Amino acid sequence: MKKLLTLLLALLMVTGLFANGQQEDTVESPLKIVLLVKSLGNGFFEAVADGGVEAAEELGNVESIYMGPSASTAEGQIEIIETLIAQRVDGIAISANDKDALIPVTKKAMAAGIKVISFDSGIAPGGRIVDLIPSVSELIGRQQVQLIAELTDYKGQIGIVSATSQATNQNEWIQWMYEEIKDPKYKDMELVEVVYGDDMADKSYREAVGLMQKYPELTGIISPTTVGVLAASKAIEDEGMKGKVQITGLGLPSEMQHYIENGTCGQMALWNPVDLGYTSTMILEALITGKVEGNEGDVFKVGRMGEVTVGKDGVSVMSTPFVFNKENIAKYAAMF
Amino acid sequence: MNTIKELMKKREITLVLLVLTLTVLVNLRAPGFVSGENISRIINDTSILIMVAIGQFFVILTGGIDLSVGSIIAFSGMAASMLNQSNPALPVGLVLMVGVLIGLVLGAFNGLLVAFGKVPPIIATLGTMSIYRGFTFVLSKGQWVTAHEMTEGYMNLPKGTFLGLSNLIWAAVLVSAVMIFFSRYTRSGREVYAIGGNKTAAHFVGVSEAKVNMLIFSISGALCGIAGVMWTSRYAAAVNETATGFELQTVAACVLGGVNIAGGAGAIPGVIIGALFLGIINNALPVVNFSPFYQMFIQGLIVLAAMFINTMMDNRKEKELLNRRSL
Repeated sequence: MKKLLTLLLALLMVTGLFANGQQEDTVESPLKIVLLVKSLGNGFFEAVADGGVEAAEELGNVESIYMGPSASTAEGQIEIIETLIAQRVDGIAISANDKDALIPVTKKAMAAGIKVISFDSGIAPGGRIVDLIPSVSELIGRQQVQLIAELTDYKGQIGIVSATSQATNQNEWIQWMYEEIKDPKYKDMELVEVVYGDDMADKSYREAVGLMQKYPELTGIISPTTVGVLAASKAIEDEGMKGKVQITGLGLPSEMQHYIENGTCGQMALWNPVDLGYTSTMILEALITGKVEGNEGDVFKVGRMGEVTVGKDGVSVMSTPFVFNKENIAKYAAMF
Repeated sequence: MNTIKELMKKREITLVLLVLTLTVLVNLRAPGFVSGENISRIINDTSILIMVAIGQFFVILTGGIDLSVGSIIAFSGMAASMLNQSNPALPVGLVLMVGVLIGLVLGAFNGLLVAFGKVPPIIATLGTMSIYRGFTFVLSKGQWVTAHEMTEGYMNLPKGTFLGLSNLIWAAVLVSAVMIFFSRYTRSGREVYAIGGNKTAAHFVGVSEAKVNMLIFSISGALCGIAGVMWTSRYAAAVNETATGFELQTVAACVLGGVNIAGGAGAIPGVIIGALFLGIINNALPVVNFSPFYQMFIQGLIVLAAMFINTMMDNRKEKELLNRRSL
């Protein structure tokens, strides 16, 4: 009997030890970081998920989980967050369907010790620690000039085909283009005119043709709008100016694939969803491990993306937009 | 001298003179505007407007209006582009025919509403304008069809040339010729004038208003179908917002061309010149170096002035007729 008891105790000790071991294991098990997107089945967000996996592999201690409701509703996202709280994940990065509706549930998540940030489409302050935005007007505007300068060898007259004359974002970007071109390295370049295509294919096309007629010395067109860059590329081809007039702008890879692959548009920019997923995951890891608090002025080190500084109200700017060219366009065109 | 006076009485001649004056004025500010190359560019650019304005002409001739033309262009253009995308092997001619057929069906639906639903054309087409635009978004799921998804053949459809003119211009020429013939020399064509001139009288001589309405809205729709295919292939982009606001340009082309907005009077040659007038303005504005904020103002001013001169000439004609009678 005594022998049996000793055996049992010994067994208990062993299992106890085992249990202990398991607990230690939990501490070392990877951090569960969730990328919660607006809805599933969207190429843009699939690419965000790829970025999350890339960051997880680089960090080593992170498991990247991709989730989203089937339809893009705030209710669907709230339900998922409730489940995630129950599952005790470590961090959630959200592209929100509603900037206010998610606040109560994300507050609950944060109270449960889960780090919450938003990206792409933000949550209002109070409902997240950090809101990651892809870029800011200054970076976008300056980069457009840099891109066209590289294409035109820093020479000649440049025209801008904008959307409408009242579009706030367009006007801010264009203002920064005028700032950037003051730099002495652009001394042989001139921004001659801003024309407005009103985001209509026919008007943008006509305005682009007009620029080429009016300025025989025109070497480049910047069109920081998806319809504009598409129509202006077509106008350059139809006018037989391919190679003489360069074009860059902000465009969707899937829409611009044709013109980038045939060389009409040498390069263009847009924020890249892969980078957004990558940076979000990196930021969450730093918050969870306590490396960074996420207060204003704090700096996240985000691998290949360099540094992201937390600004006012937790709004943090990722970087200059991603540049698409002949080499990478096919890959991204399949995504978004 | 007398012949010149006779000629001046013709509204089309006044319009041609206006077009020439405008062109000369633009050329003063933007030298090089009058060049063979640029003129063919402008005509090419205006061809779509000419075709759709001719459809609009028939509707206005009966005293109605078709506000859904822009939406029909967008839908048929999107449908044709998607067809071309999913079946690249399909001959382009067939894609064009499908586009025309879709336009025809949408136009015929407008006709049904007006002819048998007894809905006033402005209300019926105001509704279908939104409905067809909505259809476009539903069909495309908000996505665009762009150059790399279209076949070379599709994109070359308006661009290809025959005897030095682009296919797009040929399409406009062909449509104009057929429609001029239809309006002048066919029974149905004359019935459209009859309905517009005096509905009651037309009814008593046995003209079916319902039949005429079905016919004109179907024609307008079919022409929008051609325009939709040409539009998307020309710009190599089927966008959901294609041709938004285009209906107003087609109405302006008709009114400029001397079509009576109350119905009953007008002819296709005038509409063509009216459309060319607008096309010249559209192509001149980007090169005349006016601030974009002034451009809309100037555009409106020119159109108003042209209409004013036009009606003044008309009034003079009427006075002359009255004078002659009193003699």
